[in-house]
Amino acid sequence: MEIRRAMPRTGDSVRTTRWQGQWRVYKQHRALIMMLLPGLALFLLFSYVPMYGIIIAFKHFQITEGILGSPWAGWDNFERLFQGKGFEQALRHSVLIAFLKMVFVFPAPIVLALLLNEVRLTWFRRTIQTVTYLPHFFSWVVLAGILFPFLGSDGGFNKLLSLFGISNQLWLLEPDYFYGTIVLTDIWQSAGWGSIVYFAVLASIDPTLYEAAIADGASRWRRIWHISLPSLAPTVIIMYLLSIGHFLSVGFDQIYNLMTPPTSEVGEILDTYVLRRLLTMDYELGTAAGLFNSTIGLTLVLVANALVKLYDKDRGLW
Amino acid sequence: MKTTWGERIFDGGNIAFLTIFGLTTLYPLLYIITLSFSTPADAMAMKFYWFPLHPTLMSYEKVLAHPDLVSSYVNTLIRTGVGIAISLTMTAIIAYPLSRRTFPHRKLIMKLFVFSMLFSGGTIPMFLLVKNLGMLNTLWALVLPGAVSAFNMIVMRNFFEGIPTEIIESARIDGASEMRVLMRIVLPLSVPVIAVMALWVGVAHWNQWFDALIYTQDNRWQVLQLFLRRTVVDATVSLTPGEDMNRIREEYTPESLKAATIVAVTLPILFLYPFIQRYFVKGIMLGSVKG
Repeated sequence: MEIRRAMPRTGDSVRTTRWQGQWRVYKQHRALIMMLLPGLALFLLFSYVPMYGIIIAFKHFQITEGILGSPWAGWDNFERLFQGKGFEQALRHSVLIAFLKMVFVFPAPIVLALLLNEVRLTWFRRTIQTVTYLPHFFSWVVLAGILFPFLGSDGGFNKLLSLFGISNQLWLLEPDYFYGTIVLTDIWQSAGWGSIVYFAVLASIDPTLYEAAIADGASRWRRIWHISLPSLAPTVIIMYLLSIGHFLSVGFDQIYNLMTPPTSEVGEILDTYVLRRLLTMDYELGTAAGLFNSTIGLTLVLVANALVKLYDKDRGLW
Repeated sequence: MKTTWGERIFDGGNIAFLTIFGLTTLYPLLYIITLSFSTPADAMAMKFYWFPLHPTLMSYEKVLAHPDLVSSYVNTLIRTGVGIAISLTMTAIIAYPLSRRTFPHRKLIMKLFVFSMLFSGGTIPMFLLVKNLGMLNTLWALVLPGAVSAFNMIVMRNFFEGIPTEIIESARIDGASEMRVLMRIVLPLSVPVIAVMALWVGVAHWNQWFDALIYTQDNRWQVLQLFLRRTVVDATVSLTPGEDMNRIREEYTPESLKAATIVAVTLPILFLYPFIQRYFVKGIMLGSVKG
């Protein structure tokens, strides 16, 4: 009897103390909790409520009915999306530009950092760094405003080319040049700034490594290949993982501002497609396209991170 | 250290390459400044020059008189100022509790922030949210949606975590409230990270245009970047409203007017550049701490 009566009481009190313990933790931290709440509420409102809005992609959305009131559409919107010519075209361009940027733009800051690291004149290196960081501080509206007159028919670039006897071209109005311009201007804007992270890693390499290599008769190239590059590898992996999460977001700001009617044929990407759906109030199609984009990004970063961790457990993003 | 011929060739080539890269970066920017001071004849001529051949302020006189320029400037200044204030306040009041190791559900809340960096609702759900909140065509649409950035919050939290807990605990024992600890101890010790973040947020607001494009279609909150986009990039708004086009072509070229507008809009950033650049570079190092 004694034992039987004791048993439930013990169970009860364990439950109560756990709950009381939790309550005590809250009570102890109530000032901090009160402090956190407004900020957290603002964050949740603008980060997680839009995620709830993704439901629109699965609805026949009627603005008067609201998100909940609109009838379900199943996968109808996605079928419409994949059957429509506009989306397929935008997707193709996005993938193409994404690969071009991965091949040409992503390595540019790495190469720049390696070259800067080889410069022994400090003032020269600083000057180049200051100059190449500059375009990062301008919006693509400003940069496009600079590039249109610069690359226009009587613009600076054609004036420069005329020195070498090359005739006028309308660089930004010609669809054939569009991807080239996108890649080159992206390097122009981002390579210098992107090199900071890599340069910091190179600057922190133990100089005795280089000295030992020199003593062993290693040339410049061999020192770069066997010391600098391996030291950069972990940072390169992190930057790669960070960028692949936005794989299909290939630079809306840049492309939207550099696009002209003649180049819209080749310049339409997923993000501009979404904006057009927004402006024509075709919300469900635009949401579906946006969801497609962010799902691909999330999948890529998860897969890439898992692969990296498979290879080396400590190298992933998390 | 002895230098071999191979080394010298490498150094020479490297310096030559970097010089060309630097000049290529700078030339379009310099060209715009030159163009903004040029006469129509020089602007149109197929002639290469570094500096204006016949410097003139005519384009600036025209552009600065544009009725929308001043109001756009004021709007941008307001959104930048209000944006920095809201953003820093909100980030600090989230980062401080989360920097305390005993704070309940700290891990879970951090996970919510990290996930928001990997996945988002997208442009249209965000637009509908802002619309449903009745924020369209108000300043709030420009400063609230982006106020709490997960990345900035994590950087600030990491910095706060570096402050010795003994200082905070002894202040608490002495009877200081948490708010007081944050205001009097934590924030004064975090001036470097606050300064960097104010500049990050400030430059981002100065350069932001997309939110103004979709959230404020009635022009009351037209910001500088949007003014620039409308007059220079897609040229749907005239830089010389109500004037005879033929007269304009004689006195100014559209190109030099555009150039003058760009210079006028970017002048504050150019002025602050040496200062901003130093802080931004520091900020990158702060941010490189793995969350």
